[in-house]
Amino acid sequence: MRLFVHQLRGEQRLFWRSRELAFFTFLFPVILFTLLGSVYGDDTIRKEGGIKASAYLLAGLIGYGAIATAFAGLSIVLVIRRESGVLKRVRGTPLPPSTYVAASLGSTTIVYLIEVVILIVLARLLYDVPVPDHPSQWVSLVLAVLLGVLSFAALGLALTGAIRSDEGASAVVNAIFFPVAFLAGAFWSARTFPGPVEAISDVLPLTYLIRLMRDILIFDESIWENWQSVAVVAGWGLLGLVLAVRFFRWTPREG
Amino acid sequence: MSAVTVKDLRKAYGSHEAVGGIDFEIAAGEVFGLLGPNGAGKTTTVEILEGYRERDEGAVAVLGQDPQTADREWRARIGIVLQSSAMYPNLTAAESLALFAGYYERPLDVDQVIELVGLGEKRGARVRTLSGGQKRRLDLGLGLIGDPEVLFLDEPTTGFDPAARRAAWEVIRSLRELGKTILLTTHYLDEAESLADRVAVLRDGKIVALGKPAELTGAAPATEIHYRRDGQDVVVTTHEPTRALHELTAEALAEGRELEGLTVRRPTLEEVYLALTGGEEAE
Repeated sequence: MRLFVHQLRGEQRLFWRSRELAFFTFLFPVILFTLLGSVYGDDTIRKEGGIKASAYLLAGLIGYGAIATAFAGLSIVLVIRRESGVLKRVRGTPLPPSTYVAASLGSTTIVYLIEVVILIVLARLLYDVPVPDHPSQWVSLVLAVLLGVLSFAALGLALTGAIRSDEGASAVVNAIFFPVAFLAGAFWSARTFPGPVEAISDVLPLTYLIRLMRDILIFDESIWENWQSVAVVAGWGLLGLVLAVRFFRWTPREG
Repeated sequence: MSAVTVKDLRKAYGSHEAVGGIDFEIAAGEVFGLLGPNGAGKTTTVEILEGYRERDEGAVAVLGQDPQTADREWRARIGIVLQSSAMYPNLTAAESLALFAGYYERPLDVDQVIELVGLGEKRGARVRTLSGGQKRRLDLGLGLIGDPEVLFLDEPTTGFDPAARRAAWEVIRSLRELGKTILLTTHYLDEAESLADRVAVLRDGKIVALGKPAELTGAAPATEIHYRRDGQDVVVTTHEPTRALHELTAEALAEGRELEGLTVRRPTLEEVYLALTGGEEAE
């Protein structure tokens, strides 16, 4: 536990010191929310039960934050650390690998939780979206946040095994993560997309995380009422975990 | 007890045999040099001892344990300086050392290590702003921070300017005085000669010579006796320099000649090395 806390603090310091990470994974969703909300936040989305787009965008960008922070940010950082030899160096110390990974996930969770709170506050201030007002709603929200972080982090860890070089990391990750965010309806409801596109959307884990966030934050449902969404996100997470255990590497590619 | 034992170690990558059956032991407190050109098998050997690579055959023990199955306690007793590996660029030198110090039960004091590796003026500088030599000194500090009993140094001074190399040598000498067992790989002869108690010369995955630097120069190639006769340079190579010289001078005296330009020279370690490693250039 002492080691975990020590490493977690190290990871936090590393995250906030890296301007690129802090910007793209942390500030970018906030900027997007403000921009998109100011453009079409007042529209209503008929296919989402007639809610205002600004409220929908809150759920959408919380979902976007999960994939940006836990999937994209984490996998790029870990590929860079692996290829530069940092992970190999860490493996040469008594720090258990499991503690290293746990601290990395813990740090990502902290960042994402702060992000979610900022988005909720922003939604309230800018667009009058109500803040969760009773403890059970907050419990559902925190559980959904953990589900999102862990599932997307597992997928991110799995992805590192498929990326061969640190130069390629951003390109590969962005090529996956931007289309997925769009198709899953991070910026506008996927239910308004044409049939074939919606069909793709229907298998993506992010679609279900956004739906879960919408149901908890906007429709005031508990996470337990939405077990189908939870199951899809967790299922993808488990698949990621299996692949991560199989393909995650600590040492750089042989020169 | 030996700190490191290697018996008939073999490792192949595909059909290429990187290490082809080598044996050596390192006593506790000894500085042992693995010398050889690039591709001789130095890094493969060291990374097997560090637990990064699995061997194909043979027996290996470091501090009495097999590195392939060793536990955390064992990791806490060894220090590793890899040939090339980066550090988190946004931490300062002192923060890097403090982060790694936290991984050990009984680490050395961060300030003490910073002084030891000569980074006192750079302690608050971000890693990405350090020069290559300064980063390498930080590597050394990170290898030392856990106060290891055995320290593996894989080419610790490659790419250093001469002044930085001398400084690094001083650090390694002071570690030896602290009683650390050190395995040092290098392709610099003078480094092996001035730091190592014993040296193993590797060539194509095999040890071609093993001993104290002085013994290595004393063995192998013969002593050369140079002189001029009738304007011609004459070179006599011999394994019995005393006898050869006596015969030469006796003959010259008897004939009333002078052995002009008479020199007797023993081979330098460099010549021994070049002879042993097949004349490949030592960088």
